[in-house]
Amino acid sequence: MYEAPRIIPCGDSAASVEFGQEIETAASDLVLGLDREVSRHRIHGVLETVPTYRSLLVHYDPLKTSFDTLVSELLEHCDLNTGPVTTNRVWEVPVFYGGEHGVDLHDLADLHGISPEALVERHTFADYRVCMIGFMPGFAYLSGLDEKLHTPRRRDPRPNAPPGTISIGGQQTALQSVEGPSGWHWIGRTPLEVFSPTRRPMCLMEPGDIIRFSAISAGAWNAAHDRCVSLVEDAIR
Amino acid sequence: MSQLKVTKPGLSSVQDAGRFGLQRYGLAPAGAMDLRSLEIGNQLIGNAPHTAAIEVAPLPFTVRSLRGGFRFAMTGADRSVHIEGQSAAMNATHWVEEGKILRFGGCRHGVFSYLCFQGGIKAVPQYKSFSVDKNAGLGRPYSRPLSEGDLLDVNDAPQNFVEQSISPTDNVQTNGPIRVILGPQDDHFFPESIATFLQTRWRIAHASDRMSYKLDGPRIAHSRGYNIVSDGTVRGSVQITGSGQPLVLLADRGTVGGYPKIATISSLDLDRFSQLAAGTAFSFKLISVQESQRLLRLRAKSSALRIAKRDDPARCNVDLSKVINANVAGDAVSAVDPL
Repeated sequence: MYEAPRIIPCGDSAASVEFGQEIETAASDLVLGLDREVSRHRIHGVLETVPTYRSLLVHYDPLKTSFDTLVSELLEHCDLNTGPVTTNRVWEVPVFYGGEHGVDLHDLADLHGISPEALVERHTFADYRVCMIGFMPGFAYLSGLDEKLHTPRRRDPRPNAPPGTISIGGQQTALQSVEGPSGWHWIGRTPLEVFSPTRRPMCLMEPGDIIRFSAISAGAWNAAHDRCVSLVEDAIR
Repeated sequence: MSQLKVTKPGLSSVQDAGRFGLQRYGLAPAGAMDLRSLEIGNQLIGNAPHTAAIEVAPLPFTVRSLRGGFRFAMTGADRSVHIEGQSAAMNATHWVEEGKILRFGGCRHGVFSYLCFQGGIKAVPQYKSFSVDKNAGLGRPYSRPLSEGDLLDVNDAPQNFVEQSISPTDNVQTNGPIRVILGPQDDHFFPESIATFLQTRWRIAHASDRMSYKLDGPRIAHSRGYNIVSDGTVRGSVQITGSGQPLVLLADRGTVGGYPKIATISSLDLDRFSQLAAGTAFSFKLISVQESQRLLRLRAKSSALRIAKRDDPARCNVDLSKVINANVAGDAVSAVDPL
């Protein structure tokens, strides 16, 4: 973490307010705190913001404000004493671990010298925070992965990770939303549709949400999928 | 309402200015790669500047008017235009009668042309945009690039419109370097790497698309490894990948990325950069964020187009300096002519 935030131009129409270079809960708190402040105060010229693990990307209209003006306005809204910032929303995410839904579970367990069951137990034990959504629509980057499960990314990404894939890459674990390439280790898959273009909201999760994974030990994919759809429909209603 | 059918899609998709406000959920804005050409086409034809059009990449493209006539203008990358076999001009409005075939050749300069319809394409926008975002499954009337047989409805256009044009801009070339603002991760590179980046004559690699352009040239060395904790990207972010190759992120980019970004292309030159065809050589030039923003404000004041009525030759001359300021895509440099 830096002692003071750095505000760096990302071209002439965006600025990154950076609080650190690593994945840390305290940095994420500052990012989410500033995100709320910027949205509450409607800073002139700001178009949209993108919270990430350690920085807030602020897109703005350079015909309405300037980098120099924006820097001073953003600094006014950075409160370095922000406590924990969450949305107070907890998602219980059911996961089929291993097998066809998590092709890397066994290799990953071997690599860490534990059983697949122990790996699942560790993975489901933690509370994770959605720190960032990006790369693909709805793709949720989580923090809070047990240090014993940190695993370098694969040398070569594979195409077509199915939607709902739960993966581990480096010190992060992620919830894949739509089919796409991934260089991470695929340990399971949830039947929960975290992203759906025709649903409101399209994206179930928000940065700051808490996620708990629970293992589905038996049962068919389709039934679990249908149950998730109706649960989400109820929750939205 | 009129209807037309795509008979040869080439590489084309419906695009407007893009879909904004959803980058925090991982949706890139998409939108026209050369916004200025989209704006010129729409202005010519009397539409709001960001009305959705068909963005046509270098391959030939053909549509047939199925029901009712329509009026169009084609702007951006230069290519041949034929209405039922009759040659017609780019950067001009034309009426196409029912049943006629409208054929566009492969492009001769640049990459993207914009087929703008008077009255616009008829569809209900999603999150205020028609732009195709294949990953998210969004886009109107189709959530994918156009394919053969696709039908498009076009809003009615008045038949008594006086056809308009701007002077052909084939020979308008502003070959200047592409201006970049350093950062956000220029501190992840040796001073010599930054010097190499700024001094090199880069070439657009063939594996380039709406998501990103790869650049061929020397490898750029990272000073602190090539992994950063992923952070946000913008249109024009220049990432240096693990192998040291620059990758410029564009309209369909991922919204976050984990490679260090050495620099960002100025908005002044983004449209022009997007029109650089594979194989084209160019260089970068440093500009400060303050200077870039000053020039953007100047351009916004002076970029009004002078559109001429086609039957009034005295007014057909366009103020060239304005066209250059307007950054008409004709100023994209040719892949075969060195700068």
